[in-house]
Amino acid sequence: MNTIGNVTGIIANLVVVETEGTTAQNEICFIKHGDTRLMAEVIKVVGNKSYIQVFESTRGLKVGTEVEFMGHMLEVTLGPGILSKNFDGLQNDLNKMDGVFLKRGQYTDPLDMDKEFDFKGLAKKGDKVVAGSWLGEVKENWIPHKIMVPFTFKGEYTLKSIKEDGSYKPAETIAVLTDNDGREHEVTMVQKWPVKVPIKAYKHKPRPFKILETGIRVMDTLNPIAEGGTGFIPGPFGSGKTVLQHNLSKNAEADLVVIAACGERANEVVEIFTEFPELDDPRSGRKLMERTTIIANTSNMPVAAREASVYTAMTISEYYRAMGLKVLLLADSTSRWAQALREMSNRMEELPGPDGFPMDLSAIIANFYARAGFVYLPNDETGSITFIGTVSPAGGNLKEPVTESTKKVARCFYALSQDRADSKRYPAIDPIDSYSKYLEYPEIAEYLNKTIAENWTESVFKAKDILLRGKEAYEQINILGDDGVPLNYHIRYWKSELIDFAILQQDAFDKIDASSSLERQNFMLQRTLEITDMEFDFESFEDVGPYFKRLINALKQMNYSEYDSDQFENNKKELESILKEQEKEAVTQ
Amino acid sequence: MEKETKAFQRIYTKLYQLTKATVTLQAKGVGYDELAIVDGRLAQVVKIMGDMVTLQIFGGTEGIATNAEVIFAGKSPTLKVSDDLAGRFFNAYGEPMEGGEIMGEEREIGGPSVNPVRRKQPSEFIPTGIAGIDLNNALVTGQKIPFFADPDQPFNQVMAMVALRAKADKIILAGMGLTRDDYLYFKNVFDNAGALDRIVGFINTTEDPPVERLLVPDMALTAAEYFADEKNEKVLVLLTDMTLYSDALSIVSNRMDQIPSKDSMPGSLYSDLARLYEKAVQFPDGGSITIIAVTTLSGGDITHAVPDNTGYITEGQLFLRKDSDIGKVIVDPFRSLSRLKQLVIGKKTREDHPQVMNAAVRLYADAANAKTKQENGFDLTDYDERSLEFAKGYSEKLLAIDVNIETDAMLETAYDLFEKHFTPAEVGIRQEFVEKYWKKNGK
Repeated sequence: MNTIGNVTGIIANLVVVETEGTTAQNEICFIKHGDTRLMAEVIKVVGNKSYIQVFESTRGLKVGTEVEFMGHMLEVTLGPGILSKNFDGLQNDLNKMDGVFLKRGQYTDPLDMDKEFDFKGLAKKGDKVVAGSWLGEVKENWIPHKIMVPFTFKGEYTLKSIKEDGSYKPAETIAVLTDNDGREHEVTMVQKWPVKVPIKAYKHKPRPFKILETGIRVMDTLNPIAEGGTGFIPGPFGSGKTVLQHNLSKNAEADLVVIAACGERANEVVEIFTEFPELDDPRSGRKLMERTTIIANTSNMPVAAREASVYTAMTISEYYRAMGLKVLLLADSTSRWAQALREMSNRMEELPGPDGFPMDLSAIIANFYARAGFVYLPNDETGSITFIGTVSPAGGNLKEPVTESTKKVARCFYALSQDRADSKRYPAIDPIDSYSKYLEYPEIAEYLNKTIAENWTESVFKAKDILLRGKEAYEQINILGDDGVPLNYHIRYWKSELIDFAILQQDAFDKIDASSSLERQNFMLQRTLEITDMEFDFESFEDVGPYFKRLINALKQMNYSEYDSDQFENNKKELESILKEQEKEAVTQ
Repeated sequence: MEKETKAFQRIYTKLYQLTKATVTLQAKGVGYDELAIVDGRLAQVVKIMGDMVTLQIFGGTEGIATNAEVIFAGKSPTLKVSDDLAGRFFNAYGEPMEGGEIMGEEREIGGPSVNPVRRKQPSEFIPTGIAGIDLNNALVTGQKIPFFADPDQPFNQVMAMVALRAKADKIILAGMGLTRDDYLYFKNVFDNAGALDRIVGFINTTEDPPVERLLVPDMALTAAEYFADEKNEKVLVLLTDMTLYSDALSIVSNRMDQIPSKDSMPGSLYSDLARLYEKAVQFPDGGSITIIAVTTLSGGDITHAVPDNTGYITEGQLFLRKDSDIGKVIVDPFRSLSRLKQLVIGKKTREDHPQVMNAAVRLYADAANAKTKQENGFDLTDYDERSLEFAKGYSEKLLAIDVNIETDAMLETAYDLFEKHFTPAEVGIRQEFVEKYWKKNGK
């Protein structure tokens, strides 16, 4: 029997319910408002009063209205058919909703339960299995979607029977398991899981030791993110966060991409809806939409569901990770999520922490980031979730609670700089403030030097050093004037500009330049460093800029050309001939 | 204490608590967000705890006695919508200012949002004739964009101009804390342009209680949704001034004892503003709502909570600046941004539009550098001199807000300026465009 209660208080979407029965923290309940049912979640219990946050507008709600507690936490439905879907924060399929406007209390099935999937068994009768073991697989787009022992199953089971290969609907029983006490359990293709609990159906989670190729040079080359790693992108508005996220979702080398559009602009989600079904996935050659799932809680959708949306996205990612896939999870923006937490904490009259955010904000953010990672599955296959969140710091000031809490846990920091954005140096990731802790991991360094080039990490640190020295030289030039500093300062500055233009800047809207392979990145970095290693000789500081601008132009043309194509070779020759001029000059002098 | 009237209205006459903006009383069967009349003043339910109901009184509580009559309306705020709205001005409660009544379907304001998968990607260019907008920051139907302006700048004038030239089917003016002078200005301008039948106004002036403002944008957007969704019309909504709207939000949250966040604004400011701005939409059947707003800044500070949150919500922002070299107000090409412009420029406008736009802004930036050099007493090169000359012409003929020409003419003007001061190589636009459009000294 479900617990029944009655509404006794309402402040916006915080509702107080009195009940004689049992309720639990984070339990889901429904308010019976007229002929609609409004979904809500318990966030505090005091005596016989449960405080619930309603995922919908509470307009017109009255005291005395009946509330039914469901006995479970907020759950998502996991099964074949999630890919390419557009969900709201509570995993309702947005395409199944009627009408142009969202109706209050309308909940739709996340999966297509009538669709048949071609099932192929992977386990055999008599096999010993545990939660997360692969029983079989079905084709979902191009991904072999594994049908697993539900994550809620504890201990070891024996596979008693499994359906023959063939077409089945998601809710049909495809296997029967026997537990140690001889009890039988039926398994379908569908299972449910509470979003706020991490799925831990894996053997162990090592430190990440590989990098996830994103095709974005300023990330891969200078501050790579590990496969299974975490990173965050803070930046003021207008600094290119959205373009960068879209570019990541288009070009990163992931099996699938889950995008949590959390409290952001609806037109940005529409852009994904419109473009992704048309764009090709550079890796599989299929449409980008086929590997993408969107959880949309745009800024005008209910605030409480915003908090749920990031957890829904994470749980779906964990589900696919358990199938041995490489998942990239992007959340834009985690600040909106934190603000949703703040609004609720405020309504509950909790004592506020800094800037009115709840005191446990750091802990909540840390727990969430900790759910990402690279894992070994029960069958020793591997899977990963790489998580990148954006942060929208108030006033562009990075000393605010969300940025600071995130900085403590995320291992990569991609600081978007207003100055770089203003001077159209995109992506506007600041090369000096940003960092990747993974570069300090010996296992990552070893991996990089093995897979890209022997001297890779050394080169990367050298490039960073040149950038820093260039910045220092630039500051000196600004203070002392062009002719107030030694000529060398100009050369040092322009060497850093060379790296800036050739490596850091990348045209996200150019077909070729938008994504750069590691091989190509290696070539460009080594070539650029060869130039910065050279000694240059100029008569006057006025000659330095124009000369380097020509070098930069040649390198940029290379970036715009297909790698190793004739055009690329021509640009390369052009570069060599500009470099030769200096040699000649050096000789004549 | 409680009596039932024939229309099921419940009347109470004993107040338990009074503050500057709220009253609390014992009442039963009250719905959240429901409207009530307290001593003749409109109020709305903001909190219910057991049988204690707290009402926010839009007009303030001055003079309200503990025995004031409270009548619950049994509904949340509504607006009657029909074609009758056109050509009329309303107060914050949706009542015609010149008196009389509106016939139409009664609709709750602040309704649900559009399902994101049912939206269309905005794709229709809105020409305004102002080159600082059309050339550099083209507007698109379904977009939301504010002017970030200091209070002394002529933002209302520019907005009225944009509204009249935008070829919208309906222009809906939401005035929040508008001075009476500005209200009359809008009315006159629209009247003189013969556009009054396309206008709907919802006006809260500085003479009205500030909390009333909170109803204004929802009223305006409900009317906008009626025309855009049901009549498939192109609707332009003008929200002025959103900073004053936010101030009203902070007053209410303060009276409700909520903990303020940055700049004493409520912690929910982002959601409160987004809820309004996100009403901008391109509907699948051709109707659209485009929002042009004003956010006044104090001393140009865009890190203040209101412009900051707005910047994260809207699709760009427009900055006005007085250019002392030409003595006119211009649309600042550096700080202004229209995020949706790439959906139309070069597609709905001439192919070379993006390149010309970028080249001109880059050359203008060179001029800004030259100017700094000049101010610091350094020698100017020939190029510096030429770019300064160019900047003057560019400012005068294109950026100034009094410019009113077609987009093609803007591009031609840009070429004229390029040719006068630079070589094609210095301008650096694609060769094919130089050959096609560069008149005299092409090559």
